[in-house]
Amino acid sequence: MRLFVSEGAPGSLPVLAAARRAQGRAELLISTVGPEECVVPFLTQPKVPVLQLDNGNYLFSTSAICRYFFLLSGWEQDDLTNQWLEWEATELQPALSAALYYLVVQGKKGEDVLGPVRRALTHIDHSLSRRSCPFLAGETESLADIVLWGALYPLLQDPAYLPEELGALHSWFQTVSSQEPCQRAAETVLKQQGVLALRPYLQKQPQPSSLQGRAVSNEPEEEELATLSEEEIAMAVTAWEKGLGNLPPLRPPQNPVLPVAGERNVLITSALPYVNNVPHLGNIIGCVLSADVFARYSRLRQWNTLYLCGTDEYGTATETKAMEEGLTPQEICDKYHAIHADIYRWFNISFDIFGRTTTPQQTKITQDIFQRLFSRGFVLQDTVEQLRCEQCARFLADRFVEGVCPFCGYEEARGDQCDKCGKLINATELKKPQCKVCRSCPVVKSSQHLFLDLPKLEKRLEEWLENTLPGSDWTPNARFIIRSWLRDGLKPRCITRDLKWGTPVPLEGFEDKVFYVWFDATIGYLSITANYTDQWERWWKNPEQVSLYQFMAKDNVPFHGLVFPCSALGAEDNYTLVSHLIATEYLNYEDGKFSKSRGVGVFGDMAQDTGIPADIWRFYLLYIRPEGQDSAFSWTDMLLKNNSELLNNLGNFINRAGMFVSKFFGGYVPEMVLTSDDQRLLAHVTLELQHYHQLLEKVRIRDALRSILTISRHGNQYIQVNEPWKRIKGSEADRQRAGTVTGLAVNIAALLSVMLQPYMPTVSATIQAQLQLPPPACGILLTNFLCTLPAGHLIGTVSPLFQKLENDQIESLRQRFGGGQLEESLELKAKVSSKPAVGETVTATGPQQIQVLMDEVTKQGNIVRELKAQKADKNQVAAEVAKLLDLKKQLALAEGKPLETPKGSGSDFGSVAATGSSST
Amino acid sequence: VKGTNTALRASARKLLVILEVVVSFECEGRSETPRSSVVNGKQQIPVLQTNNGPSLTGLTTIAAHLVKQANKEYLLGSTAEEKAIVQQWLEYRVTRVDGHSSKDDIRALLKDLNSYLEDKVYLTGYNFTLADILLYYGLHRFIVDLTVQEKEKYLNVSRWFCHIQHYPGIRQHLSSVVFIKNRLYTNSH
Repeated sequence: MRLFVSEGAPGSLPVLAAARRAQGRAELLISTVGPEECVVPFLTQPKVPVLQLDNGNYLFSTSAICRYFFLLSGWEQDDLTNQWLEWEATELQPALSAALYYLVVQGKKGEDVLGPVRRALTHIDHSLSRRSCPFLAGETESLADIVLWGALYPLLQDPAYLPEELGALHSWFQTVSSQEPCQRAAETVLKQQGVLALRPYLQKQPQPSSLQGRAVSNEPEEEELATLSEEEIAMAVTAWEKGLGNLPPLRPPQNPVLPVAGERNVLITSALPYVNNVPHLGNIIGCVLSADVFARYSRLRQWNTLYLCGTDEYGTATETKAMEEGLTPQEICDKYHAIHADIYRWFNISFDIFGRTTTPQQTKITQDIFQRLFSRGFVLQDTVEQLRCEQCARFLADRFVEGVCPFCGYEEARGDQCDKCGKLINATELKKPQCKVCRSCPVVKSSQHLFLDLPKLEKRLEEWLENTLPGSDWTPNARFIIRSWLRDGLKPRCITRDLKWGTPVPLEGFEDKVFYVWFDATIGYLSITANYTDQWERWWKNPEQVSLYQFMAKDNVPFHGLVFPCSALGAEDNYTLVSHLIATEYLNYEDGKFSKSRGVGVFGDMAQDTGIPADIWRFYLLYIRPEGQDSAFSWTDMLLKNNSELLNNLGNFINRAGMFVSKFFGGYVPEMVLTSDDQRLLAHVTLELQHYHQLLEKVRIRDALRSILTISRHGNQYIQVNEPWKRIKGSEADRQRAGTVTGLAVNIAALLSVMLQPYMPTVSATIQAQLQLPPPACGILLTNFLCTLPAGHLIGTVSPLFQKLENDQIESLRQRFGGGQLEESLELKAKVSSKPAVGETVTATGPQQIQVLMDEVTKQGNIVRELKAQKADKNQVAAEVAKLLDLKKQLALAEGKPLETPKGSGSDFGSVAATGSSST
Repeated sequence: VKGTNTALRASARKLLVILEVVVSFECEGRSETPRSSVVNGKQQIPVLQTNNGPSLTGLTTIAAHLVKQANKEYLLGSTAEEKAIVQQWLEYRVTRVDGHSSKDDIRALLKDLNSYLEDKVYLTGYNFTLADILLYYGLHRFIVDLTVQEKEKYLNVSRWFCHIQHYPGIRQHLSSVVFIKNRLYTNSH
């Protein structure tokens, strides 16, 4: 069975605590999904947690999931428990969701929060004391305790909301909270951030219905704005009134950018894309685009910022590619470096430097670090058993070997890693190895190699991590990966390879070997900086003054968080080490992974041929940034987000604000006389702006984008409620009111243009040109909302910012990028049909087999689509369709699903990840 | 809180008794004060006073209790999975079906339910349970108001509902809802 949870979803608490009961009774897989993801095929609204049962049915009720875990452990249902659970669902939950909404989403405190739940809390307290049992349904802890505890924990863990007079409730809550399964669940879900950990999730949920009932009778606006204190409003008004006078002078541009003592110096790197391929959308969002948003934000904060990247050019993959294309490795690098640079230019990536690793500086710095490690005894020498192709007369590097994965049986496993099961492989362990060049079978021979003695450096690494991690913004996945590597114990890592295309090893007896990318790719950042300025050491040997942010996809975490720090610590040269390691999860493409060979997915160079502007791509990729969990690119969703969020929300608001100034006030920003309602709006926008800052400071890029859209929604509402287009025709007072509303709205638009700058730089510049926003206000973002367009300011010509995406346009793009070439599909078909053993592989249905089947289904689906598109012979199509149906059936069996899965889309959805970057 | 006070002996009872208790409560609540189900936004909650032991509160709790008293435990599901599914839909009945009654809410609810029942005879799949009974009672007042067109739109719900209302002894004195066998609207999707 499979449990789906979302980060910050309160329902996870009881479910995870109860899951312990079922341990050993059934296999439980836990998947984290986005809060807006619809896991249950028959429910329109997203719902988590959800348990998918082995028979294919779903439990979408938190209590029912807990109940199921208890039933599995042999527990029997009883009246008292039923009664508590029914009460929890009908009475406690509505009250609690209102309280949590007030507390978490609206930021209310005290009695505002406690009020709605007080009756329910008292009820529990009385029941406990009347029955004088320690637990709700008797002498031992049981289902009712777990379910109620889980519901109450987010609120009651703050002692402020656990009224002292309710003694029985108090001691019950303490007792249950101290149970180990509960403690663990609490840690997992709240992550020691308290109730605020629920904010990202609860914000995305519709307002609790228990609260909507009230909102009808009261004024909804008032409800929401009441959360602001008078002080907050007063502060927001003061800041607003100071206007442009509040802005510090713009930092003059520097070249080269160097750290300045006493300032915040931010060094940003994006994982070096491997030169042998064109990057796809997953690569782009995984590192360069994410890092670009942060770099732009950092500059808006006037932090001293250097953003660098470059192509990673050495290694076996380049040699392979060179062989394929009949060029020298150097020519390949030159060609692809230019392709990369062009793509990033089109995406408007604001590198200070976009360099490359094949430079003399790379050799110099790598060899220097190596010599230091060698002379300090951190390098070992050993003999390695290695595959050698006699026909090609050379040792085969990992990528030159292919064979059958020893773990999952996948037939095209690479020499270093299996793409199917993801396990790392020793090339000599491959079954049926083949030389990728000549296809002959290599033999095992021995060769001398150098190893980085990681075990000897482990202690230093741990000390450094202990000092670095607490309070830093390392993403949870990065922390997790490093922790698991350390838990398994570090092993010596081979740092040399039998290759020509690489940094030479400066040691006798190793003249025909080069450094492995494991060792020298991350040194690329240093050498690229050294090619930018001869004072590069002021950035890279300056840990006291420099904050280093490194962006990458999660597969790169070990190199940046572990191998390079070990090298640098061992070299003892005061290197700047990563302060914040920002790793994304993977981005999938529609129903599978990006695949260059199959022509599936959008690659950087094709994005510009779609006719969709770079900023729209940036927006959508950032909107679905795989932050905290994998996400998927979908054409339909892109259309939806463009049309709803950009066109109808953001674009509509900014355009209306500007148009009112032009149409009603001749282009001059009108006089603004703020009413108390306007002041509240000011404070509200300020609050959201501050939230945006908090998120971006923590590099929560995707979440911060939501703040922009929220402000614009507030703006639209404000215009809608105040109807300046009607008031402009009314009395003098009405006309003045129309002026104030228009003036405030256009200032919000100006603020949005700056907040938008990291995400959509071109659109931002367009808005600023339309509004004629004064230069310092364009380049600086403070934590307060200022009046940057004072009364009398003349704006420019206003025109629409976004274009609607049409269904047929998107559909034709999907077709263009969705499928493979015919020849390739036929080749695939041959593979599928030559594999009658598929059925057999399913008998032991592990997740890998299911994965294999899923891929087969995807492939076969492509074949069928292809044939249909080619209008192929009917019989041929029918035969392929039959195969597809058979594969689907096998998959359904393997997954334990009923054969007729409703709407079937679930089984078509591959989940193989597209790696977000590749400096490996 | 007003409810039905019924003293029941622990001896076995017929299913009919349970249904009468449940239905009479539900109908009584509605006929006496047509809008009483939403006093202060709250549904009336039944209380069952048993001879031995404390009273029980809540529709599904009482129904489950009576089912056990009547030795009809199979109505609560036989496997762990089924038991959990039954309870889930009982909860759905008292939270979702009773909780909201705006047209939009009901439409969304019927849409989900229709999709869920696409490949099922009963809520648990193949076995008739208390969940079917209580959901049938809960939905009755909405289903009677559906147009022919809507009944076709929620085809799977209609099929299930029609099936349950013809289940021996279930309908009691509720009106029988008519479902037309022949499709009137071919493009009702």
